[in-house]
Amino acid sequence: MTIEQQLDLYYWMQLTRRFDERMLAYWKQGRGVGGAFSQRGHEAISVGAAYALGSGDVVSPMHRDLGAFLLRGVTPREAFASLLGRETGPTRGRDANFHGMSHLERGIIGFISHLPHSLPVALGVAMSFRYRDEPRVAMAFTGDGATNAGLYHEVLNMAGLYNAPLVIIVENNQYAYSTPCQQASRVKSISNHAAGYGLQTTTVDGNDVEAVHAVAMAAVQRARAGDGPCLIEAHTLRMLGHAVHDGAEYVPRELLAEWQARDPVVGYRRKLAVAAAATTKRLDEIDRRCREEVEDAVAFAEASPWPDPSTVTRGVYAVSQEPPVG
Amino acid sequence: MPQTGTIVSNFGFAGVDEPTSGRELTYIAAITEALREEMRRDPRVLILGEDIAGEFGGAFKVTKGLEAEFGARRVMNTPIAELGFTGMATGMALMGLRPVVEMQFADFVSCAFDSIVQFAATAHYRNLGPVPWVIRAPSDGGLRSGPFHSQNPEAWFVHTPGLKVVAPGTPADAKGLLIAAIRDDNPVIYFESKPLYRTMKGSVPSGEHIVPIGKARVARAGESLSIITYGTQLREALTAAERLSAESVECEVLDLRTLKPLDTEAILSSVRRTSKALVVHSANQLAGVGAEVAALIAQHAFESLDAPVMRLAGLDTPVPFSPPLEDAYRPNAQKIYDAAKALANY
Repeated sequence: MTIEQQLDLYYWMQLTRRFDERMLAYWKQGRGVGGAFSQRGHEAISVGAAYALGSGDVVSPMHRDLGAFLLRGVTPREAFASLLGRETGPTRGRDANFHGMSHLERGIIGFISHLPHSLPVALGVAMSFRYRDEPRVAMAFTGDGATNAGLYHEVLNMAGLYNAPLVIIVENNQYAYSTPCQQASRVKSISNHAAGYGLQTTTVDGNDVEAVHAVAMAAVQRARAGDGPCLIEAHTLRMLGHAVHDGAEYVPRELLAEWQARDPVVGYRRKLAVAAAATTKRLDEIDRRCREEVEDAVAFAEASPWPDPSTVTRGVYAVSQEPPVG
Repeated sequence: MPQTGTIVSNFGFAGVDEPTSGRELTYIAAITEALREEMRRDPRVLILGEDIAGEFGGAFKVTKGLEAEFGARRVMNTPIAELGFTGMATGMALMGLRPVVEMQFADFVSCAFDSIVQFAATAHYRNLGPVPWVIRAPSDGGLRSGPFHSQNPEAWFVHTPGLKVVAPGTPADAKGLLIAAIRDDNPVIYFESKPLYRTMKGSVPSGEHIVPIGKARVARAGESLSIITYGTQLREALTAAERLSAESVECEVLDLRTLKPLDTEAILSSVRRTSKALVVHSANQLAGVGAEVAALIAQHAFESLDAPVMRLAGLDTPVPFSPPLEDAYRPNAQKIYDAAKALANY
């Protein structure tokens, strides 16, 4: 990996972190609209995995994947406007927070709250690539909690059966809302379990962005080559509550302290700075740029108009390109 | 009521708006023809579902022979995973394909409910993009198939913004509505009537025949009262109307054909002509499509009414298995005859 790529990874993680911190502060001031999901602890997974995709690939992130949304082309302005329910967000105020960041033209399929409902959709995207013999890949993210849902198993079974060009990232952050993994399943290893469906599987340290990127790259290349679907289980800890309202008192403080010491963004910055003193200046520059972009995004969102209530019924239906005229 | 067994009639519809040319096809053959013609016309159209491929061709043989013509890529067998493969169809549709999903029975569509009402139905409103799939749902009973192979779950979907719902009651409409559904850019649930599959034959135009979604049809003209119905009950209503005609009660039979969006104008103009309305469907009554139709009439044609709006529908029970129970559950021509006669005499 070149230093430019490394700085790129750092930039996307740092942008995610800055955005997240600004968002949380905003909500704590009582200025937010609805809920908001912290990204803290997920930056390396979301950025490292999505960085492995090519321009024609399609990604379906979940609510901890702001990094993937940003990296694949949702601008910080659009993201903050989405959070505030403004007309300038990708769904023009129709969908809430990070749900509302679909952008099909940029190859981004937003999630719905019903995890893992992006997985079968991403499977369908992958199968559409196969249908047309296109060397493209679909990547979908889900969480450890969703691996207990029946749909997850339906998708793994079909992805294996059809040998779909699909990469599934399971972000194992140890908690599904307040329920720790071990209270939801006796499965010890999600990736070992998934291997039973005929998927190539890997487990990776989800706080090591380069490690995540390396396994994601291998998975994407494998899927693109027609060698079948992969599942990557990336371990991290959700460092804050399920959403901004949740204090997560149920997470042991020692566990938090242990993972705090492994912070993916801070750790990567330290690693890059140690490797070459000359990069420190560039890292500082990236930090400054990220702060500016986020401040600009907040200002943009605040200045953006609310959706016009008279448009509330618009967009429920597509107007057919081929109107069925009898 | 002395009625046992469903009245089955291959009554030739002497109604209005009938296609004037075409061959006689069974209802089920018309569905297959629509699939085949659309697959020939448009390489984006594919079909998927349980047991549909190969010579087996699905539980009801609707897709028999299609894999031989179009190959396994376009005729995909799936595991028993309705939720998964319906979500898969949504992904395909978002990428510009036009999947037609076969539910083996309409009853099983509940397995796929989340992916339909949560993901697909909201996708366009959420600015994700159009989801041009069709779900074919073989529905309705009278076939002694019990609670899980006889249902009419259309009301669930009519209640869901973002979906379209159609329910053909003739072979011509079975073809024309399926073609319209496939070409529509929105998710469409297509309720096909199992009891009509091989018991109804009718004139079906060959080649491109499109019945526009959202347009009802006056299947029989009359001025005494309006019977508003769809799907399997259309034939029953026409049979009843013919008997009543011999008694000088001339029923107008309005075939809704599309349940979402409802052809409000056709409903209201029929009732304004006849001043009386009987709404009939196989699905159970409470909060069914008939409730919406009755509410529309009450709200917008109140001053034209000479009698309360009547409903005749399935009972509010699971669909029972044993013949006397199922006959007690279902509307049929005799019950429609009785209800319409009572309404005419109101």
